[in-house]
Amino acid sequence: MRLQFILSEIGIGLRRNLSMTISVILVTFVSLTFVGSAALLQMQIGKMKDDWYDKVEVSVFLCPSNSSEKTCAGGEVTEEQKQEIRDALDAPEVKPYIQKIYFETKEQAFASFQRQFKDQFWASATTADDMNSSFRIKLTDPEKYQVVSEVVTGKQGVEAVEDQRRLFDRLFLVLDRATLLAGGLAAVMLVAAVLLITTTIRLSALSRRRETGIMRLVGASTMFIQLPFMLEGAIAATIGSLLAVGGLWLGVEYLITDWLGTSVGWIPYVTTADVMTVAPFLIGAAILLAAISSLVTLSRYTKV
Amino acid sequence: MIRFENVTKVYARGARPALDRVSLDVERGEFVFLVGSSGSGKSTFLRLVLREERASAGKVFVAGKELGTLSSWKVPQLRRQIGAVFQDFRLLPNKTVFENVAFALQVIGKPRHHILTTVPDTLEMVGLAGKEKRRPHELSGGEQQRVAIARAFVNRPPILLCDEPTGNLDPTTSLGIMRLLDRINRTGTTVVMATHDDEIVDQMRKRVVELSTGSMVRDQSRGVYGSDR
Repeated sequence: MRLQFILSEIGIGLRRNLSMTISVILVTFVSLTFVGSAALLQMQIGKMKDDWYDKVEVSVFLCPSNSSEKTCAGGEVTEEQKQEIRDALDAPEVKPYIQKIYFETKEQAFASFQRQFKDQFWASATTADDMNSSFRIKLTDPEKYQVVSEVVTGKQGVEAVEDQRRLFDRLFLVLDRATLLAGGLAAVMLVAAVLLITTTIRLSALSRRRETGIMRLVGASTMFIQLPFMLEGAIAATIGSLLAVGGLWLGVEYLITDWLGTSVGWIPYVTTADVMTVAPFLIGAAILLAAISSLVTLSRYTKV
Repeated sequence: MIRFENVTKVYARGARPALDRVSLDVERGEFVFLVGSSGSGKSTFLRLVLREERASAGKVFVAGKELGTLSSWKVPQLRRQIGAVFQDFRLLPNKTVFENVAFALQVIGKPRHHILTTVPDTLEMVGLAGKEKRRPHELSGGEQQRVAIARAFVNRPPILLCDEPTGNLDPTTSLGIMRLLDRINRTGTTVVMATHDDEIVDQMRKRVVELSTGSMVRDQSRGVYGSDR
């Protein structure tokens, strides 16, 4: 009897305030989509860091024959200079930071260059002599780039030292900003959602003041009086969060996996599995939102 | 059943008290008329019994409990011991007579079989047998008040509070309502009825408590409406 009664009360409430219910659903949908997007962006950054930081190296480019750098005044790097650089990298104060060093010859560099840019017309105009030979250094901790860089920068025969990580940092910065933007929009929308849920519950409570008045009079418990209103808000918010999860799922499936994933394939992308990881949190957030709003409203409007 | 010990109720700071040091004892099974002009404190008295308001000073005991110290989550339990009837009936317009009465049991979680047997019994007792499927607007005022009484009494509370139950009804209909309240009283239910209706009070010859600007000015067994008549 109780359950059936509460369910029918909820049904009446939702139908009576249909337009408000729909707006609650839409606002939670939009706000949680932003929250989810922010979460997915962060996951995307995490994935790329995991994948790329393993691969990034510090490249010590050695002088080619035609460099204008001061350290390359002597023309192409000599065997002695190479040995000096290697000795510097083997020194005990740098050694612990270095996992592995290998030497890339001009020919190897040319081969990988050709592989990477075989479709570009200008690639055919380059020769192996345009390439730098280089030491490729894998660090034990990618954060410790500075230590290694200091040892070799400015040495004769070194044209440039480059940390590949820096190239990514700019991209990560963009993604971080995007996360902030999505987060900010989410915050604004969440405030709107809370206010809207509050208003909806208030309207619902006011339109059923007669019923709740009688309930109080005949001794219905506070919980029993408030539960239908709480569930009303919670149901609307949950539907909104499910829509958000569905929207994110479709977005990831069609925009990222199917489109970006096939056109720019070398990046590890977030997948629908990640959406499913975020989903429980979004639904939880929706229920929490509704619960907070109802507690605030109901304590005022259905007082014993 | 209901005991007031020096109860004072002040609504707004500095205002004249709505009830001023009222002491009163209503025994189990009594029928008490609460009379007095508008603003004399009758409704405040009833609201204090229902614990819709708390006394500013003094103690209110209802069904053995001191309401000043009763925690708010126990208030619903208290109200299940009290039926309440009002001048404006307070029925739900979109529910039938049966549903209106059943509502009082549904919301306190009574099982369906209990509702299906108790509600028809109560409706028959108040004289509404055969009108279960009507809606409030299809009934006369007297019948609507009977529905309200049925709803107040369906859970068999030991106390029934009536706030001018005949205020909207013509004398003949009022008499019918009074007979019904008398019958309920004779089942052992304590009835406290606030009223303006001197004819009814004079006819019934029950205990009369008169309030005037918040003070109790008369407590008379088998009394009449006006003390000077």
